[in-house]
Amino acid sequence: MTAVTSTPVTAAPSSRLRRWRKVDPVLILSVLWCALTVLVAVAAPLLAPYDPSQTDILAAAQGPSAQHWFGTDAVGRDIFSRVLYGARLSLLGPALVVVIATTAGTTLAIAAVWFGGWFDRVLTRVLDIAFAFPPLLLAVLSVVLFGPGLTAPVVALAVAYTPYIARVVRSAALRERHLPYIESCTLAGLSGPRICVRHILPNVLPLVRAQAVTSLGSSLLDLGAISFVGLGIQPPNAEWGLMVSDGRTALLNGSPQESLAAGFMIIITVVAFNMLGERLAERAEVRA
Amino acid sequence: MSELLGLENLRKVFPVRAAAGEPAGELVAVDDVSFTLPPGGSLAVVGESGSGKTTVARMVAGLETPTSGRITLDGEPREAARAGRGARKARARQIQMVFQDPYTSLDAKQTIEAAIEELLRAHFDWDADRRRERVAQLLAQVGLDKRQGGARPRALSGGQRQRAAIARALALEPRLLILDEAVAALDVSVQAQIINLLADLRAETGVAYLFISHDLGVVRQISDDCVVMHRGRVVEAGRTTTVLDDPQDPYTRRLLSAVPRPGWVPRRRATSGASA
Repeated sequence: MTAVTSTPVTAAPSSRLRRWRKVDPVLILSVLWCALTVLVAVAAPLLAPYDPSQTDILAAAQGPSAQHWFGTDAVGRDIFSRVLYGARLSLLGPALVVVIATTAGTTLAIAAVWFGGWFDRVLTRVLDIAFAFPPLLLAVLSVVLFGPGLTAPVVALAVAYTPYIARVVRSAALRERHLPYIESCTLAGLSGPRICVRHILPNVLPLVRAQAVTSLGSSLLDLGAISFVGLGIQPPNAEWGLMVSDGRTALLNGSPQESLAAGFMIIITVVAFNMLGERLAERAEVRA
Repeated sequence: MSELLGLENLRKVFPVRAAAGEPAGELVAVDDVSFTLPPGGSLAVVGESGSGKTTVARMVAGLETPTSGRITLDGEPREAARAGRGARKARARQIQMVFQDPYTSLDAKQTIEAAIEELLRAHFDWDADRRRERVAQLLAQVGLDKRQGGARPRALSGGQRQRAAIARALALEPRLLILDEAVAALDVSVQAQIINLLADLRAETGVAYLFISHDLGVVRQISDDCVVMHRGRVVEAGRTTTVLDDPQDPYTRRLLSAVPRPGWVPRRRATSGASA
């Protein structure tokens, strides 16, 4: 007996369709979570049941209840509302860091690759030295210069993250630089800036995007740590790193809601950004 | 005789970095090469890999600077590569180049139309309609349809990409087109189509070809004159038919005897077979 296995003839899926099929749940969850936190940050006033800075000594240090889903903190502020509002400063910082570092890093890297020679060598050395500075140390120095708040840690981290972006972009741009299509643009009389912006940049952009998203996660973590040690956002502002710190006393007294809620937000958001960045990097690799 | 391109005693020496156990030295890639190409002519530079033929092409294009010697176009020396905007554009309209690998010689992020349009915009003071017209004309000239013109290189075959690269190179109406192994990466049937296309384009536009190849069959079809290079030197030059039918230099004879054809037995196998 011969078993006739029928192979169903299916049309080859278009490349776009195939790309959609490859989408995995981790990626979907990451994208959804990132979108959700951004939405929360934007719509915090509409979503939060309480004013995040409204104190109520009579309702201080309560556990979760129908009125206060995550309970209240030491001065009676609604933790749930503070977590929602906290998304604003917690995301604004990383966004600023990444925008500055990505712009600076990409510009420097492409310029170094384009001009080559001593400019490239000097920049590579400077970047090597910059790698040696831990972001937290830079943040301390920055606070000395700018005083505590949002500016100091953002400047420090933007400086600290630029070399990472620049290194990744430089190696990718270097590969593109020596491909014939760039030479053919040179031969066609196009200007250096135009070739860099219109040809090299679009071809390294997938990698830049991946690196930027990954940096969002790590800068969120670093900024949280800076706030936690008291060098960043100051009370009574709502920010997740600061909330973890604020909740420590309550934590020791047996009501860990504030630290837990804020810490949870930090962890999940960092993981989501990292996953998303990783997948974007994989795709950038596949294309290259 | 009028002359479009002239090479006089061209020489290129590359510094060689010290390898393990060997001192740093010099590699003479091109040694005392001279030849001329008439307007609208077609000259092939033939040789095996490492013979310096591509270095000659790159020096003519301006991608490498000669160590010594002169390159002239219409009797005028080619200006230095890094000159001002006007000079850069004037240079571009003189000489264009088509590269060997059509997979890397086009920007993957750009449609074929956009790639051609970009050059037209940079060089000519035309309005959008005129540019669109010219793009369509160029695509038709190389045998690409509207849909292929709107596609990115990824969606095109090797032959189609090479057609696109040729259209882009011709957009600036150059006097000279350098074809650096431009058909070597293509299937034989596609190769034949591109060679026919190149012959038609030369007849239509009067552009001159500097054709770099190791493939003597292709050289015979495409060139009027040819120059045979071996280890950086010109060993033989003349009309293509003369050189290929009646080679004088032993190296040219060796090259010719290495071309596969009916009844052809590779030399090494032939001798080992005889000694067995």
